[in-house]
Formats: sequence, C-alpha cells, structure tokens
Amino acid sequence: MRKIFDFHGGIHPPENKRQSQQGGIRDAGIPPELVLPLSQHIGAPAKPTVAVGDRVLKGQMIAEANGFVSVPVHAPTSGTVSAIEDRLIAHPSGLPAPCIVIASDGLDEWTELAGISDYRQLPKADLLNRIREAGIAGMGGAGFPTAVKLSTRPGSQVATLIINGTECEPYITADDILMRERPGRIVEGVKILQHLLAPGETLIGIEDNKPEAIAALRAATAGSNIEIVVFPTKYPSGGEKQLIEILTGKQVPSGGLPLDIGVICQNVGSVAAIADAVLLGQPLISRITTVTGEAVREPGNFSVLLGTPMNYLLARAGFQPDRNRRLVMGGPMMGFTVADAGVPIVKTSNCLLAPSEAELPSPPPAQACIRCGMCEQACPASLLPQQMFWFAQAREFEKLEQHKLFDCIECGACSWACPSNIPLVQYYRASKAEILQLRREHEKSEQARLRFEARQERIERDEAEKVAKRAARKLAAEKRAQEAATGGGETDPIQAAIDRARAKKAAQQAGDAADTNPRDKLEKAVTSTRQRLETASAKLAQAEAEGSDLVAALQTGVDKTRARLEAAEQALRDFTAAAEEAPLQETPVDPAAAAIARAIAARASEAALDPAEKSRKQLAALEQRLEKTRARLAASQGAGEEQKIIDALESSVSLLEEKVSAAKQQLNNPEGV
Amino acid sequence: MFELISQYPLIAALLALVSLGAVFGAVLGFAAVRFKTEGNPIAEQINDLLPQTQCGQCGYPGCRPYAEAIAGGEAINKCPPGGEAGIQALADLLDVEVIPLDEEHGEEKVKAVAFIREDECIGCTKCIQACPVDAILGAAKQMHTVIASECTGCDLCLEPCPVDCIDMIPQQESLQTWHWPLPDPASGESRIIATDATPTQDRAA
Repeated sequence: MRKIFDFHGGIHPPENKRQSQQGGIRDAGIPPELVLPLSQHIGAPAKPTVAVGDRVLKGQMIAEANGFVSVPVHAPTSGTVSAIEDRLIAHPSGLPAPCIVIASDGLDEWTELAGISDYRQLPKADLLNRIREAGIAGMGGAGFPTAVKLSTRPGSQVATLIINGTECEPYITADDILMRERPGRIVEGVKILQHLLAPGETLIGIEDNKPEAIAALRAATAGSNIEIVVFPTKYPSGGEKQLIEILTGKQVPSGGLPLDIGVICQNVGSVAAIADAVLLGQPLISRITTVTGEAVREPGNFSVLLGTPMNYLLARAGFQPDRNRRLVMGGPMMGFTVADAGVPIVKTSNCLLAPSEAELPSPPPAQACIRCGMCEQACPASLLPQQMFWFAQAREFEKLEQHKLFDCIECGACSWACPSNIPLVQYYRASKAEILQLRREHEKSEQARLRFEARQERIERDEAEKVAKRAARKLAAEKRAQEAATGGGETDPIQAAIDRARAKKAAQQAGDAADTNPRDKLEKAVTSTRQRLETASAKLAQAEAEGSDLVAALQTGVDKTRARLEAAEQALRDFTAAAEEAPLQETPVDPAAAAIARAIAARASEAALDPAEKSRKQLAALEQRLEKTRARLAASQGAGEEQKIIDALESSVSLLEEKVSAAKQQLNNPEGV
Repeated sequence: MFELISQYPLIAALLALVSLGAVFGAVLGFAAVRFKTEGNPIAEQINDLLPQTQCGQCGYPGCRPYAEAIAGGEAINKCPPGGEAGIQALADLLDVEVIPLDEEHGEEKVKAVAFIREDECIGCTKCIQACPVDAILGAAKQMHTVIASECTGCDLCLEPCPVDCIDMIPQQESLQTWHWPLPDPASGESRIIATDATPTQDRAA
C-alpha cells in the first residue's frame, strides 16, 4: 500500500455531485450554429485557415497553431463557414473575441482520418506533433497546450507520471463519468504517455468519493504497471501542486514547474483525447460537460461538440430560466459567471452550473477582518491570506510579491472559510493581474527609453559629423586661399578653369580645321573600314581552318563590314561628284561670329531709334525696376530679415530713384546737359 | 624618543590619533577614487520609475532630465503620464509627501496611441522628426504610419502636422488587457468565492 501524504489546509464544501451522476453520458446533438473561439487555450490564438463560405468536414482543421504555445482548432461537424468575426465568448470580462462560426448541415460528414494502432514505431517527435495537431489543450480547466507540457527537455527524467482523476470541485462529475464509462480509452492514453515519457512510475489519483470510477479503472488497469491511488476527499486536492504533494510527498518549488521535481501531471480528459488523436486520428472536437444546478430539470453529463452555444446545451437538460439567477462556467469555487447564455462551450468548459438563488445565494456584504486566521488554516499553498489581504487593499505590490502572491492557485478556499465573507480571492486575482500589467508597462517604458536614448545618440552623432565636415571644409578653403596668395595664378581655380576652357576650344577649332575638308573625312572612313574588313577576313579564315564554332558569327561580322565599306565608297563617290558640280561651297558659320553680328545689328537698330523714344523706354524700364525693389524692401522689412539685406535694398532703391529722375530730366531736355 | 613618549602621555595620545587619522584618511581617499560611481544613482532610480513617454509635459526635454531635476530637488508632481501611481512610487522612493498632480502640466489621460489618417498624410516628415522614440515610419512625399507597439502616446507629433491628420486613439480594453478589478467594499456589491462576477443584467429582476 502506497503512503498517502497530506497538504496544508483545504476545505470540505458540500459536494453536490449526485445530481449529475445519473444517466451516463448523453449526446447533446448537433446545434444549427457552432461558434469556435480562436483562443480556447493558454497561449497565442490560432490562425484561421478557412474563409467565409468554405464547406468544412467534421474534424477538418479550420485554424492552425500560431507559435509554439498554441493549438489548432477543428470543425466539430460538417457545414459551411458562415462568418469569421468577434463574438461573445465564455470569459469573465464579457468581451468579444475572434471566432469562426460554422452553420452545420446536419450530415455530420467526417473528413478522412488517419489513426495508427502501432504508435510505438513512430518517432516521439511525430507522436508529439500528432497530439499537437489534434488541438489538445488541458481539459481540466486551465487549457494549457498538452503537447507543450509533454515536450520535456532532453536529459530531464520523468520520475512520476500522474493522471489527475481527482475532480475535487463540487458539482462537477465530467471526469468521474468519463472514468466510469470509458476506462479503456483512458488506459490506452496512459500507455501512449508512458511510451512517450518513459516515466519511472505511473499513478492515477482519484478521490475516495468516486467508488464506481475507482472500480472501473482498477478493472481496466489490472495486470499493467499503472497504479490507482485513492485518497480522502478534500478541496482542492485536484490542484496540480496539491495532487503531486498527496501522491509523492514532494512540493513543487515556488515559481517552478512540476517537471523540476520530475513529475508530469495530465487530466484524465486530456489523456482520453490523446488516445482518440493517436489511435483514431480524431482531433479534439467534443468534450464531456456537466450540466447541473437546481435550475435544470434533468442534470447530467453531455458529450457536447465544441462551439455549441450554452443555451442549446441547457435546453437539452431542461433549463428553467426563471429559476436561474446566474449562469456559471466551471464549478462554484473557481468558475465565473458568463455574461450571456449564447456563448459557446470550449475545450476548458468542464461544467455548466445553473443554480437557483436559494442554492447559491448572493453572498452577504463583507464584514471587517477579525483576524481569526481561518483563511490561513484553509490555504492549500501555505500562504498568509489575511496578510496579503491588507497588502492588496493598500496596493503594496512589492510586499505581496514577497508574500508569494504568485503561488496562490486561486482556489477560493480562503474566501469560503472567511466568517466575514471577505472576497479574498478576488483581491489576489486583481492584484496578480495588476502586477503583471505593471510589469508589462515597465517593460514597454524600458523599451521606449532605449529607443529614445538611441535616437538621442544618433542625433548627436549626426550633429558632430556635420560640425566636423564644416570644419574640414573651412580648413581646406583657407589653405587654398593661402596658396593662391603665395603661389600665384597657377593654382587659382578660376584661372585654371579659364585656361582649361580655352585649351578645349583651341583643340576643337584645330580639329574642325583638320576636318574642314569632308572629302578627307570620307577617304579616311573608306581606308579604316577596308582595314577592318581585312583583319576580319583573316580571322574568319583562321577560324575556318581551325573549325571553331565562332565561324558563323565571324562570317556575319565580315559581311557587315563589307557592306559598310561599300556604303563608305559610295558616299565618297557621291561627294566627289557633288564637289565637281558645286565647287563654291559655303563656309561653315561660326556661332560666336553670328552672335556678334546679331549684337551689332541690334546696336545699330537701337542707334537708329529716335533718341526721345529711347529715353522714354529707358525711363519705363527704370521705373519698373524701382517698383520691384521697393516691393522687395517692404517684404523684407515685414518678414524681419537681416539688417544687412534691408540696408542693401534701401540703398538700391535710392540709387534707382536718382536714375529715374536723371532719365526724366533727359527726356524733358533732350539736347542733354 | 620612547622615553619622551612615556614621559608625556599627551604626546603619545596625540601621535596615536594623528596616525590613525592619516591611515583612515588614506583608505577613504583611495576608496573615493577606486569606487567612484558614475552619474547620479538616485537620478537613475527615479528615471526607472518615470513612464518614459519623453513627452516633455513636465517642462524638461525628456524623462531623464526631469529625473535629474527631481534628484536636485524639483517637485515630483509634474508628470501627467505617470499619474497618481507614478507620484506614489516616486514619493516612496524619495521618502517625501505624496502631493496631487500639478494641473499646470496637464492631467492624467487614458493611454492612447497615435494614428495617422493615411489618405490625408502629405508626407512632410515633420512628425517623424518630432517623435522621440522613432515610432513613425515614412519618407519625404511618402505616406507615414505609426508603429503602434512603439508609440508612447506623448502627443508630440500632433502639433507639427500641417494637415492635422494624426489622431490619438485611446487604448481599447481587449481580452489581452482586461483583468479582474479589485473588489470595492464601498460599493455594497459583494462577491464571495469564485462564482462572483455580478450578472451583467439582473436575471432575477
């Protein structure tokens, strides 16, 4: 007989399990519409792989895992994707989340399934991938991706594999009924896990309030190395850390994982889903959900398709809305009130509790803490709830963390035990969330600080570079000026540029002079083309002799050159003929000379003008210029420009005014001064 | 020498004290040089508590200058993005009185993220130059856009925009940001154990 350990604290609330234990597993049927949230697990939401209007088959993947800590979603029945949109989901916030909506066609047509019975031949990575692809996430309530939990680091040894069949929360009997009716499936799943993890020992932990389940599993595991361990009923012995302590006597270190002490824990529901996924190839598309409470006429356990609206399921159990005050997903201790009865059942929905007001009354107002210490007696994590309550009220987050707030499993035992009805667990839950949010914010501000500092550095660097460049330019300019002053005109850049331009022009003129005779040009072209033809022909001959594959290319080259030669000779002949016909050729006109000629002509025409007319024209031009300058002056003054500019403009205005008056005088007195 | 000392205990005491003083002085002098701290460590701690929006609402060009000013005796209530919680944290660190936020420098607002109406953006790059954390992406004559995850919501890009195409969008509560609120004992509504959220619509009524 195995030694059973105990954990600190715990409570014994009324079990209320009998109501839903009758009648075995009932099928909930296919609702007309299924709503599948993309996030039914802990981790990144899945990514849709179907579009609106697509027909999907039962078991077909409709959203894929998005990252390592994520699982895919599958179609629970055949039908058409009618929408991919935000819908209300079962979440305490009552906020909508992205969902895939399937309008079922009632045919319930399966996609092709590929089960394997001989999984021992499969590499372990493939087996893990099958579990992952089947979309299995912890079905006990938390919804952590099972494949991630099972991927142990290489070298870490699993000493104990624990299958959690405890189901300690009142009202819920989903795991109980599964163990009673499908023990074979569970045992098959356990064997797959044993193959995968090679644990030293395998234990199935069950509370002693489920004798039928214990008997069924004992029968199914007879002769195997799976041990059924039965221990006294106490809430919350189904908590992972508490169950590990009960079965092994070892405590998971604060902030650590069970694997740190060589233990892996799996819920019986997840184990059965693993068996379905590996042996039958069936993904996780349905689960067993307990529907109970005084507001339903026929409480019981339903095999329900994921995505089934809660009101559809409730109707199956004979729901009486008028008797119900609030609808709870999960048990009375750790569940939460859902905002709307239309939200869907998801992978973690183990129970739907529809209590009457008398059954689960609204709690009385909280009284002052009397420091009785009953919460401390009840806490299964050996924390100091009363102390943490004060800190949470005062928002002393640092002290809360020192008091190991993050070891709280939010089981609600402290609130249940409190004689003053203080909602203790709410304080811890809110404080935890707030601490996490502050951490996120601090991380973000840290990132902003780094970005700001990087930007500041960049600006400084750019500025320094600019200053350095400016200094270098100034230095170079000074050096040049100095050289110009001492070394004479040779190094003066302007003089050099003028010289260059002159030289260029001279060369051009010389070239023009040489080519002035177009006959020479044409003759030159004929000779050079002939030469080219000769070399090309020689090359062709050589290539032909060697049998090179370039012969064809060379041949075309030779042909082209020959054609060019003929054209050149023709041009030369034409020119000679033309030259004989018109020996008097017009000399090419120099553009500079033409410009000079134009200028002279313009001057002459100006001189030919009536002097009075000329003066009038000049005066008009001057007045125009004066007007413009005045406008600019006004604009500069208005814009508050530098004094230097304004001064310059003012002086030019006065100069123009003088000129205008002189021109006017000249116009009035045309004979001159 | 020894006799002189034994004859005059006063000299002995004097000598002992002077030599002790010299030894400790040397040790302290060495430590001051060897273990010199760079910068102002308290300013560093204050900077760590400031929200790093770099918005300049405090009147300093960024969070670090304000942190240094606080270390030098400036008031702790000039940071609207940090809000009351920020003042509380600063007061705890510096062990001073908590004072209400200085209205002159603005009021605490809901966290927001800048959003550029991209159709209206003319690509002037003015907001890019104004952004203290390089959270705006774009180029001259190209449409700009805000990297939402990097935006601190400092409002500094609003003012330089010549076409007023930047909006500050308050952060929506989502499933990722939602968390349980602290129970309010004064509200009279009480929740016990985990089946606690008040029904959104009173079904009984």
